[in-house]
Amino acid sequence: MSSGSTGVKEAVARGIARRYRNERLFRGLGLFALMIGLGFLAFFFYTLVGNSYTALEQTRIRLDVELKAAIIDPDATRDPATLRGADYQRVAREALGALFPEVTSRAELRELFALLSPGAGLELQRLVVNEPAVIGETRTLWLLADDDIDVLVKGHSPRDVPESDRRVDDKQLGWLTALEQQGRVDLQFNRYFFTRGDSRDPELAGIWGATVGSFFMLLVTLALSFPLGVATAIYLEEFAPRNRWTDLIEVNINNLAAVPSIVFGLLGLALFINVFGLPRSAPLVGGLVLSLMTLPVIIIAARAALTAVPPSIREAALGLGASKMQMVLHHVLPLAMPGMLTGTIIGMARALGESAPLLMIGMVAFIVDVPDSPLSPATALPVQVYLWADSPERAFVERTSAAIVVLLMFLLVMNAAAILLRKRFERRY
Amino acid sequence: MSLAVDRKSNDVSEVATAAAAAPSAQAVQTKPAEEGYRTVGDFTSANPVMQARQVDVFYGENHAIQSVNLDIGRNEVIALIGPSGCGKSTFIRCLNRMNDTIESARITGSITLDSENIYSRQMDVVMLRARVGMVFQKPNPFPKSVYDNVAYGPRIHGLARERGALDEMVQTSLERAGLWTEVKDRLEEPGTGLSGGQQQRLCIARTIAVNPDVILMDEPCSALDPIATARIEDLIDELKQNYAIAIVTHSMQQAARVSQRTAYFHLGKLIEVGDTDDIFTNPRHKLTEDYITGRFG
Repeated sequence: MSSGSTGVKEAVARGIARRYRNERLFRGLGLFALMIGLGFLAFFFYTLVGNSYTALEQTRIRLDVELKAAIIDPDATRDPATLRGADYQRVAREALGALFPEVTSRAELRELFALLSPGAGLELQRLVVNEPAVIGETRTLWLLADDDIDVLVKGHSPRDVPESDRRVDDKQLGWLTALEQQGRVDLQFNRYFFTRGDSRDPELAGIWGATVGSFFMLLVTLALSFPLGVATAIYLEEFAPRNRWTDLIEVNINNLAAVPSIVFGLLGLALFINVFGLPRSAPLVGGLVLSLMTLPVIIIAARAALTAVPPSIREAALGLGASKMQMVLHHVLPLAMPGMLTGTIIGMARALGESAPLLMIGMVAFIVDVPDSPLSPATALPVQVYLWADSPERAFVERTSAAIVVLLMFLLVMNAAAILLRKRFERRY
Repeated sequence: MSLAVDRKSNDVSEVATAAAAAPSAQAVQTKPAEEGYRTVGDFTSANPVMQARQVDVFYGENHAIQSVNLDIGRNEVIALIGPSGCGKSTFIRCLNRMNDTIESARITGSITLDSENIYSRQMDVVMLRARVGMVFQKPNPFPKSVYDNVAYGPRIHGLARERGALDEMVQTSLERAGLWTEVKDRLEEPGTGLSGGQQQRLCIARTIAVNPDVILMDEPCSALDPIATARIEDLIDELKQNYAIAIVTHSMQQAARVSQRTAYFHLGKLIEVGDTDDIFTNPRHKLTEDYITGRFG
């Protein structure tokens, strides 16, 4: 007996150091992997935030603008149509020209006026249309600068390189410096970014159009794929007989979950647009396509959640004389709901970040207006990121990063809502 | 485990399975069975509420119980005993058609409740389960409040129209299940937060809230400690004044304590039925005797 136990002791003693060494190695390996992951995450956030925060501000130029009645409303009719149609850009240009009386030639004037964004005129227009009484007055206003100026002011593009390497020539740079010395140039909050749709002028481009487009799209996706997915899962799990047909359906659902998303885009193009004649670029169609993509994910998650409900709860309900539907609705579904919501949020998050299928159905179009319904043309956040990343203007770089941040925020809000919802449903059993 | 399907080949394969299932039973002399078999003792009851006649249950190819005849009598407790896998749970799950939930299950023969065949087309399974309640092996309260657990049955069957009547029904049921004093201040707390024994009594209260004719209990105490078990046994004794009770148990002491009649199952056959006192003091079948004396099982 004692000799046997010594044998065990020796055998264990021989191996024990190696076992501990292996364990340390294993743990170290895990920690290393975690560190690599965290490192990438930190780098990702650092570049993203570093690139995007400057998009929060926009260069503006302070000008003493004389809102000349002769330009805006020469006949003094105060007719809204006339007020809207007036040449406000000229008003802004004259205000800028007044600061540099020495500039007289047409070519030089054109270069000078390029300091101002086309948005400057739009701002004046809004001011006058809202408050016609200002016509004839002189106001000190901060008017929007062109994106090339903005990039210089923010320091994104260097001033001390040869003229040929700059988008702004020496004369324009001189005027900008003069304006800066007079304290007429400042960075102010970029509200357009959060309130407008896309634009060719970076200083006027906003993310709101794409955000609303994504919102409508996800609304359609959620409204379709959640009830359909849950109903399918309940039928397959609780009511359907187990036979070759249901096996076949199950295999196909699992396969659908792995189909590349662009294929769903092609299906959407062929079916929803070409057969059903739904409009192109509409969030409705985008939502339908993303529903197709999300459904298998939700079905699989919902089935797993239903399987996880202990059979004893089902038996208890049936044993009391509950019908199958009562059993499902009163007991099984509430218990499975947290799992179903988790699956849904995974599916919706995937749908939110999807751009490939949207390219197929025309949501990659350049759309300026903020959509007001799921049927009006729109784009989506990831597509907007793609479009801006593809634009040559330097000022779109910061906007691309900011759009990614908005996309991530959207995701965060969505997930938070789902977690709150799940907390409400969560029960012990 | 392959149970014989063809009755003619019973004798051969049954000996084989018995030997495989219980090595200690090898010493037991199993006499060659004749075609079919006869249950020893009187399977009828003087005042039956349910009657099972020639009941056979198949799970796919597996012949789970064979030609069982048994009555469940009013105001009495019948204990179903036997080694694991002998078909006693299968049998009581036939009485409220719980086996319907198993797709491969097939049942032949007749079971009547107040002389209505429960497997006939006219019998609605929801109605049947309201009249034949069931308490399960593992306490399985709903993850809802104590109140809602008990009120669930009356609610779905529309037994109480207004809140006051429902409150009363809940209270009566909990009182009858001997749980009222313990939970009357925590009716809104989750039923799953009670102790194991309390949970099982909650399940009994939930069952009697529907006021069934018969209560089926499938090893109701197997997950409980001795004190909780004793309380449930006392409760069963009281409940028999109002209900017919069929209880499956692995504890022969429990069968002896709570039941008036006992049925001994062995490998899907109902071997012997009789008054509990007779069965335990004077078993007539060799298998029964071997089982209750602890030679196998």
